Amino acid sequence: MNPPIAYNGLELVYRRPVTLTDTPMHYCPGCSHGVVHKLLMEVIDEMGIQSETIGVAPVGCSVFAYNYMNIDMQEAAHGRASAVATGIKRMLPHRYVFSYQGDGDLAAIGTAETIHTVNRGENILIVFINNAIYGMTGGQMAPTTLPGMVTSTTPYGRDVATMGHPLKITELVARLPGAAFVTRQAVHTPTAVRKAKKAIRSAFEYQRSRLGTSFIEIVSNCPSGWKMTPLEGNEWMEKNMFPAYPLGDLKIPSATKPDAKVKEEV
Amino acid sequence: MNMQQSEQPRLMKGNEALAEAAIRAGLQGYFGYPITPQSEILEYLAAELPKRGGVVLQAESELAAINMIYGASGAGARVMTSSSSPGISLMQEGLSYMASAQLPCLVVNINRGGPGLGTIQPSQGDYFQATKGGGHGDYRLIVLAPASVQEMADLVFEGFRLAEKYRNPALILADGALGQMMEKVVLPPEGTLPMVDKPWATTGKPEWRERNIITSLFIQPEKMEEVNLQLQAKYQQLQKEVRHEAFEVEDADILVVAYGLTARIAQKAIELAREQGLKVGLLRPITLYPFPSDVIARYTRTATAVLVVELNSGQMVEDVRLAVNGRRPVHFKGRMGGVIITPEEILEELVSLAKEYRVAEEKLEV
Repeated sequence: MNPPIAYNGLELVYRRPVTLTDTPMHYCPGCSHGVVHKLLMEVIDEMGIQSETIGVAPVGCSVFAYNYMNIDMQEAAHGRASAVATGIKRMLPHRYVFSYQGDGDLAAIGTAETIHTVNRGENILIVFINNAIYGMTGGQMAPTTLPGMVTSTTPYGRDVATMGHPLKITELVARLPGAAFVTRQAVHTPTAVRKAKKAIRSAFEYQRSRLGTSFIEIVSNCPSGWKMTPLEGNEWMEKNMFPAYPLGDLKIPSATKPDAKVKEEV
Repeated sequence: MNMQQSEQPRLMKGNEALAEAAIRAGLQGYFGYPITPQSEILEYLAAELPKRGGVVLQAESELAAINMIYGASGAGARVMTSSSSPGISLMQEGLSYMASAQLPCLVVNINRGGPGLGTIQPSQGDYFQATKGGGHGDYRLIVLAPASVQEMADLVFEGFRLAEKYRNPALILADGALGQMMEKVVLPPEGTLPMVDKPWATTGKPEWRERNIITSLFIQPEKMEEVNLQLQAKYQQLQKEVRHEAFEVEDADILVVAYGLTARIAQKAIELAREQGLKVGLLRPITLYPFPSDVIARYTRTATAVLVVELNSGQMVEDVRLAVNGRRPVHFKGRMGGVIITPEEILEELVSLAKEYRVAEEKLEV
């Protein structure tokens, strides 16, 4: 962790983490991605593991994540981020590895990779951004789209009788023995941001202790895809998304004190 | 002492010789999925590679396997996967990404009869898929075609060497018979293929260098074209790696072109034809990409006709025709669907061609 720097007797209380590049983000106003990127990079910065961390970007809105994250990164094919992360982690077991995936990537086209990666207990972190829509391609139905929700491919609302139900993949992976830490967070308020950051920090520490897969869902908004202002989006999310995807820990490592464990050779 | 032991000939299955050779070539990671007729590769490596310091993972699908290979190769490791035709089809997306991201790896296709689920019997039906790219976009794989258990072992070293030299996936295109049959093999010694420096690998960004990014996404068309031009320049460079074997070609009236198992069968047919006084020779491409076009063009200057023999409906014959460029007639003989052609069938074709072009009569007149 970098020490605070004093300027003319003033204490520096905030700066951009060295793990974030100075590139302006392409995300829409009000989008959660920027906040989650920052939290991830802050944790890596604070833990001093920039040189030990490799990230995997998905196909989706965060396809350009590597433009913003100042760490070594790989861009995966659509849905395959956790398989790519598995390949990296197996060859570099002492490195920290995370994948960063949206709902279409993780819970539709990549469902098999997600389930099997967690079931193997790959010692990685999977960050799952769930905004119930395909943002990058222009607002189509996602596996997590809510019943009745209008998207560009469900113009009359999602009819679960013909289009299936919202896939609660986080509940699914929480049941797998390989999952060490499964939690659902949000970043729409300062309190939520602090809790989400704490969860990310815990996940990296569990990875250091080699406990298995950590899986963090961030329930997110998508003002552009939802055709709302950022404020309306957050309100809609609280009212409609949180009942379907309740926030909180689904699985925490039992009887572990990750902080007590010494970091092994890297 | 190990070296001396390794130089003793052994009797091995093609798949097992290939797997053992891969370990000796410094294989660090293998990710694969079972499929007949190549499962012995996964089985052999599962038993042997972890003991010798490598990683083996049986993936949930070929899709997952090739993407694990992507990640592992991007992390700088020497990696391999293997499958057979239907599984190789599933890997095409990943191979396209790897070619674009310029990631080296070795892929083994123990070709079986298709299309579809097909059969488990030997075939060469995947020639187009292997040599023309296979997935989406403008790219090529380096394609090596063994014709014996010995070459199943030797070409593993060549595959890794070329893949890493050119930062491109390499593919060994064999078939079910080469994978399953047992032959004498002298295994290449361990430690003869040095690890190469991979400064582009994502191993964790130290302070002294910029971050490394492995990607195939170049959203600006000008940038994407630039990457394409780089790839094409690389494929031009690759042309100097062409390898072939020639048998009785110097005086050949009829030049047979065949690769892999078919070349072995054709060689027997040529021996039988020579006994009947026909001047027939064999040109066997060992690299299918780069393709030995110049060599074929050279040998066909003196030949009267060309016969291409394959275990498919006629795929490599198109590349031979491009090489011959209309200067000589090019004929084709093949069997499909997992049926192996016999030397007698090829001989019959050779005799018929000799009559058609009157090369046998000229021979009798001498």
